[in-house]
Amino acid sequence: MAHEPLHPRSPDTVHGEHQAAGEVHGHPTWATYKWVALILTVITIVEVWVYYIPAFVASRLFVPSLLIMSGVKFLIVVLFYMHLKYDHRLFRALFTGPLLVAMLTIIGLMFLFAKLVIRAG
Amino acid sequence: MATTAVPHAGHPPTSTGLDSRKIAIWAFIGSECMLFASLISTYLIYKGRSRVGPFPHEWWCRTTNVASLDGPIRNCPAGELLKPILDIPVTSQSTFVLLMSSLSMVLALAAVETKDRPLPANAGLPDRLLASSKLWLFATALLGAAFLCYQAYEFTSFVHEGLTIRTNLFGSSFFTLTGFHGAHVTAGVLWLVTLLAIDMRRGLGPRDALLVDISALYWHFVDVVWIAIFTLIYLIR
Repeated sequence: MAHEPLHPRSPDTVHGEHQAAGEVHGHPTWATYKWVALILTVITIVEVWVYYIPAFVASRLFVPSLLIMSGVKFLIVVLFYMHLKYDHRLFRALFTGPLLVAMLTIIGLMFLFAKLVIRAG
Repeated sequence: MATTAVPHAGHPPTSTGLDSRKIAIWAFIGSECMLFASLISTYLIYKGRSRVGPFPHEWWCRTTNVASLDGPIRNCPAGELLKPILDIPVTSQSTFVLLMSSLSMVLALAAVETKDRPLPANAGLPDRLLASSKLWLFATALLGAAFLCYQAYEFTSFVHEGLTIRTNLFGSSFFTLTGFHGAHVTAGVLWLVTLLAIDMRRGLGPRDALLVDISALYWHFVDVVWIAIFTLIYLIR
């Protein structure tokens, strides 16, 4: 079965149109999409698995590890499925700018309402 | 008569050289990030401040109004003890369904982009399936609809267990956040069904790739929002 080059890199109608839309390089191949789906599934399974380990839930590692796993999943989807890795930098700026504002808003509100605290000393 | 050069079909040249529709969808997605950030932060601020149950991760005795993270509460009259309301196994399944819909969406886009290329003479069934944009658009819409069914089941079971949008702060913020996300998924499914109808009627080809790409960006955004919701609301206690 040879279905590797779903998106050949050679210039053609599709590629030309997408370049005009701001795509810098071609899209990933089917093999990449398959691996991305597999990695997302594995991370989700690990997330749910650790939820059922009481000792791990009680530890300080629980929340940071879940946040890291979620962040990795978020990044993988945005970079590969949303093609941000391959797209024009203006699109990256249009997404990451508001995303940073959004994340800073959440963190700021968490501090404001004492859900997050920094203990000195 | 001289004519102005057009970079690609259906769209006039722009000062940035980029398609305005694609800039618009990214700007829209950026604004949506802030909308969901406000809903998620509202949930997180209200987390743990409900005066009465049911609670997301705690057992709750209705008559004594005692909650516990450590398991069933002793001395609670029969029928008055409620388990944690979030059903992680069911939500894990719906999360998997949404993740797989993102895979089928990228395959739909790939099929549309490469539709004008003839398949090799020795192409097998998997190659023919991969090249079918109708199949992948249908699969994505179906998986999106399945996710909505999971959400309808979850909402219904919550209401049966006594949690509505008016019950407590958890109910208000939870139903608002997940309800908004569900509304976005519904809009996405309708968008996909529209694309599928166009594909059935006249066929989608490389010239329509950008339209499918824009809908795909929206769909993947709905997926990444759920990735955040699943961790922050369902898994973190």
